[in-house]
Amino acid sequence: SLNVRKLFQFNFVYRMQTVTLIPGDGIGPEISTAVMKIFEAAKAPIRWEERNVTAIKGPGGKWMIPPDAKESMDRSKIGLKGPLKTPIAAGHPSMNLLLRKTFDLYANVRPCISIEGYKTPYTDVNLVTIRENTEGEYSGIEHVIVDGVVQSIKLITEEASRRIAEYAFEYARNNQRNSVTAVHKANIMRMSDGLFLRKCREVAENYKDIKFTEMYLDTVCLNMVQDPTQFDVLVMPNLYGDILSDLCAGLIGGLGVTPSGNIGANGVAIFESVHGTAPDIAGLDMANPTALLLSAVMMLRHMGLHDHAHKIQMACFDTIRDKKVLTKDLGGNSKCSEFTAEICRRVQDLE
Amino acid sequence: MVAICCGLDKLQNHQCWPLCCFAINVLTLMLQPPPAKYGGRHTVTLIPGDGIGPELLGHVREVFRFSCVPVDFEVVNVNSALETEVDINNAITAIRRNGVALKGNIETKHTMPPSVKSRNNVLRTSLDLYANVMHCQSLPGVQTRHKNIDIMIIRENTEGEYSSLEHESVSGVVESLKIITRNNSLRIADYAFRLAREKGRRRVTAVHKANIMKLGDGLFLQCCREVASGYPDITFDSMIVDNTTMQLVSKPQQFDVMVMPNLYGNVVSNVCAGLVGGPGLVPGANYGRDYAVFETATRNTGKSIADRNIANPTAMLLASCMMLDHLKLFDYASSIRNAVLTTMNETRLHTADIGGQGTTSEVVQSVMRIIQSKGQLTAEL
Repeated sequence: SLNVRKLFQFNFVYRMQTVTLIPGDGIGPEISTAVMKIFEAAKAPIRWEERNVTAIKGPGGKWMIPPDAKESMDRSKIGLKGPLKTPIAAGHPSMNLLLRKTFDLYANVRPCISIEGYKTPYTDVNLVTIRENTEGEYSGIEHVIVDGVVQSIKLITEEASRRIAEYAFEYARNNQRNSVTAVHKANIMRMSDGLFLRKCREVAENYKDIKFTEMYLDTVCLNMVQDPTQFDVLVMPNLYGDILSDLCAGLIGGLGVTPSGNIGANGVAIFESVHGTAPDIAGLDMANPTALLLSAVMMLRHMGLHDHAHKIQMACFDTIRDKKVLTKDLGGNSKCSEFTAEICRRVQDLE
Repeated sequence: MVAICCGLDKLQNHQCWPLCCFAINVLTLMLQPPPAKYGGRHTVTLIPGDGIGPELLGHVREVFRFSCVPVDFEVVNVNSALETEVDINNAITAIRRNGVALKGNIETKHTMPPSVKSRNNVLRTSLDLYANVMHCQSLPGVQTRHKNIDIMIIRENTEGEYSSLEHESVSGVVESLKIITRNNSLRIADYAFRLAREKGRRRVTAVHKANIMKLGDGLFLQCCREVASGYPDITFDSMIVDNTTMQLVSKPQQFDVMVMPNLYGNVVSNVCAGLVGGPGLVPGANYGRDYAVFETATRNTGKSIADRNIANPTAMLLASCMMLDHLKLFDYASSIRNAVLTTMNETRLHTADIGGQGTTSEVVQSVMRIIQSKGQLTAEL
């Protein structure tokens, strides 16, 4: 009977897809290994290509990511990234910035869903923040006008605003979300946020099935900490997105359990964990792979592999809800490998 | 000292600017409220604004009249539907004349051309109300997810992202300038530390994003550190704004005093107001060198609840108490404040925004009844 079951399993043969895996630094390698193990247990049709993205100096003297990493990404179009070290006095800019520039990752998507079993003061959070990731306040254009006066330039362009608005509405439609809210401060920044808002309104015209609302940033913050259930999909420029996405991550339990995805032009998508490298626990088998795992689940959904995504997510949430095998940051005292093994066991049971 | 202050703008680039700063700060410490005129009664400018502003300020006047507070209000209306600046200039002149104001929020209509700036912002920058102070405290009578919050937020109120300097250099590309200056950063940091010392607070946290905006927020942080070195009894640390919001929703009890530039101040003050129970509870004050304007901390117009007798008058009443404290009418201030807090915490008469069923007028009646019961001189109920 065991052989007969195995025969039936082969009837559904998914095409193997390649994913570029960037383990990262610190706890990166161990949580990447954990994710690979869980995917193997779930029999996900993923072939991993490991690459390193430490910046190197290109022929023109410009810093760039290694060509083999770029080639792998361009070919596979999907990436999974662990935490990267922030270089201080290394001479080159942050690798996250390099990746963003290389692949034109214009949208940062963070679904924030309350994890049953990981108690926070906020329950029933179910929202998605979509943040414009290329311009806005993070354009990096700063000048010293005279000694003691500094000017930072916030750049808003029609093209980028339209692009992010379109992505937000497409995402809402593809993921059965009901409304999109544009977050802005157009009462103060009349022209820049005004332009962003106008573009959102224009794009909303083409998506009549989705409700579109606008809300001031301060009102969103005020309401978010009182009743986060009123929000669905939020779209906003760079700085507000940075603050709000971290605020929402705080609502569900922090960066250790929050998934994140970056969408680029040309169909490239890189999913990542947004926590730090945690050098103090690196190599000690204490890390929590949940954030990277949930990002990988987001990746599976993006690739259309909904069954596997659902199985892995259920296994992960069940393990956390059960509270028997939890890593230290989740309130338990199990090792990372034990946590991973427990999820693998549940995934196999769900077959 | 007066002579130094008169030549202020010429001295800004002078070498003895730090000394002048010190002199000015000592002057601010000695800032007297405007002298009472006309038989011991103060005159205060009142700007009703839009939305719930007029009705709440009406209630404030009612309570003042009832408690025989020696304050007369000079009402200046600002019509937000007009494109001209006449109204707001009248309001600013009135505040210059009286020195103190109590205001509701003036709406900024998006349908107007971008050259029409936010009236509230124009008021703040013209009067150089450089410090926005908000004290968020958990109230025992209000149900919230977090308890024991006691945070003072000091927000730079005139520059930063709110400089209103925008232009469209190329069609479809808009630039908005965020200005950070050394003088204003030193000024607000100094205000924060002085206030912390005055109130006996132990720790000041600067909120910034200097890892990305290295020059702008870097300058702000540097100024805060400079000022901090002059206050060794107070611990100083800094935190990046996104981490700050995350910490605020998980462990807000760790914060004591926070100082920050304009936009982060907007975000953090709204998050904190939400944590202690909402926009109807927290009063705010805007202080400048010569003027002070009091309002609700989160500056909401509340159009959707206007004229329905459901708005929460607590924030505006507490703001008026802050104003009375500023005018050194301490007895009246504590009497009204005590009545408001008793209504909130003991009588538990709550409006809809904090989960109750009381109306605005019921809350105000309760406040007046409590003031009367304490035996002070009052008018007829």
